[in-house]
Amino acid sequence: MASSRTSEARAGAQQVTEVPLTPNEERVWRRRHVLDLDDFSADEIEVVLETTAAMKEVLARDVPRAPALRGTTIVTLFYEASTRTRASFELAGKVLGADVINLTSSGSSVEKGESLIDTVRTLQAIGAQVLVMRHAMSGAPYLAAEHCDAKVINAGDGWHAHPTQGLLDLYTLRSRVGDLRGRRIVIVGDVAHSRVARSDIWGLSKLGAEIVVCAPPTLLPAELGKPREDGGLPDVTVETDLDKAICGADAVMTLRLQQERMAGGQLPSLREYSRLYQVNEARMAKANPGAPVLHPGPMNEGVEISAALAHGAASMIEEQVQNGVAVRMALLYLMRGSK
Amino acid sequence: MPERVLMTSEDLRRAITRIAHEIVEAHKGTRDLVLLGMHTRGVPLAHRLARAIEQIEGEAIPVGALDIGLYRDDLSTRGASVQLAPGELPQDVSDRRVVLVDDVLFTGRSVRAALDAIIDIGRPQRIQLAVLIDRGHREVPIRPDYVGKNVPTARGDDIRVRLEETDGRDEVAIMPQDVPDGRQEE
Repeated sequence: MASSRTSEARAGAQQVTEVPLTPNEERVWRRRHVLDLDDFSADEIEVVLETTAAMKEVLARDVPRAPALRGTTIVTLFYEASTRTRASFELAGKVLGADVINLTSSGSSVEKGESLIDTVRTLQAIGAQVLVMRHAMSGAPYLAAEHCDAKVINAGDGWHAHPTQGLLDLYTLRSRVGDLRGRRIVIVGDVAHSRVARSDIWGLSKLGAEIVVCAPPTLLPAELGKPREDGGLPDVTVETDLDKAICGADAVMTLRLQQERMAGGQLPSLREYSRLYQVNEARMAKANPGAPVLHPGPMNEGVEISAALAHGAASMIEEQVQNGVAVRMALLYLMRGSK
Repeated sequence: MPERVLMTSEDLRRAITRIAHEIVEAHKGTRDLVLLGMHTRGVPLAHRLARAIEQIEGEAIPVGALDIGLYRDDLSTRGASVQLAPGELPQDVSDRRVVLVDDVLFTGRSVRAALDAIIDIGRPQRIQLAVLIDRGHREVPIRPDYVGKNVPTARGDDIRVRLEETDGRDEVAIMPQDVPDGRQEE
């Protein structure tokens, strides 16, 4: 059952197959893996965000511990570098009483050339019930989910998806902006190479926000405007002029500019990029009053975001990191019971 | 067999008023008192009890809500996780007298979980238990301090508590079932 469902999911990674929730008062979670937000229903996102609020209360206790995942083994398998995602998954698991084992590709048998499937099967054999995985190849977590019995959480795969970041961004936005329906949310920066942007776009569209994507034409994702069955993204407004995009924005989500883009010829120079696309206090003055600024980190201060803005009152970057732990606790808690 | 009404809305109102009097009497007033309702139906019950106590003593007492999802031990029998409700704790429960409020007391496992949850939050002076219905079949040594109605049941019977706030009307009914040892959610 599990493998047939995941292979379906893989075949139509962008297909919208919403998992219905039971209609009774208790909202029951049935999702086995969390691989992308494209197939989440708005209801499911609500369940995660509500549960996240409960987890924030656990984190605020003098002794932030609850035994919900006692006896559960979680393995984080990171084929790519990470600070906050890996650390927050580890902390989320530990707060809920799980045992957490951290593996990175360096220092493990991956260095000796072990294949992804063999590694995943080995981890399952030692008792991993939840596998948190980051990989440079888009779709790698789908492959893992298909070849093992553990529940898989995608912690970032290539340019494809980073669903837990998408959920924590939604939670953070809602905590400041409130209901996101019809709100103008601007996503600025290297959208083409950003899994965070893709998951944000999916999540925001499920919750009914008006999404504006702003990037130089060379950094716009190719799948914009394509039909869904062809891997297309939800409908967004594209605006290559940041000063126009930011007008009347209810929130601005900035993205990390990956410096290697310069070598690929997609940008003439860092200085030109920051002149045209840096989110700073002068530009934020055109947004709606009180509009927050988000950034998934790690930041290039002075490139995609000015230092003053990143550390100013509009910035929710620290909240994002804090909410990241609570969102991951919520998912681990909800997934523990799904078959 | 059709369902049979155990308590009408009048019975329910009287039981809540009586329990409110009992709580005030046992505590000689309302000092340090906190009511904690257990999700889902314990929460409106706790609020009603608090209103009844306020009518008797003229003192408002804090009411909180507790979701024991993180502390349950019956996940394997329940199958799926349920959305957690943010607990609305009135304040620190340390050194307070906590009265835990639930609709039906059955195996006692939910209450055991609730005790763990409370103790993780703080160290109350005292914890008591008020339930609308005690239907027996305890699996752990837990005993209620205040009971609306004792109802002898078979294990497989279904007790249905309906409250205005959650179900649109006040009523308690029993649906006898001929499943011999059927497990039921408390």
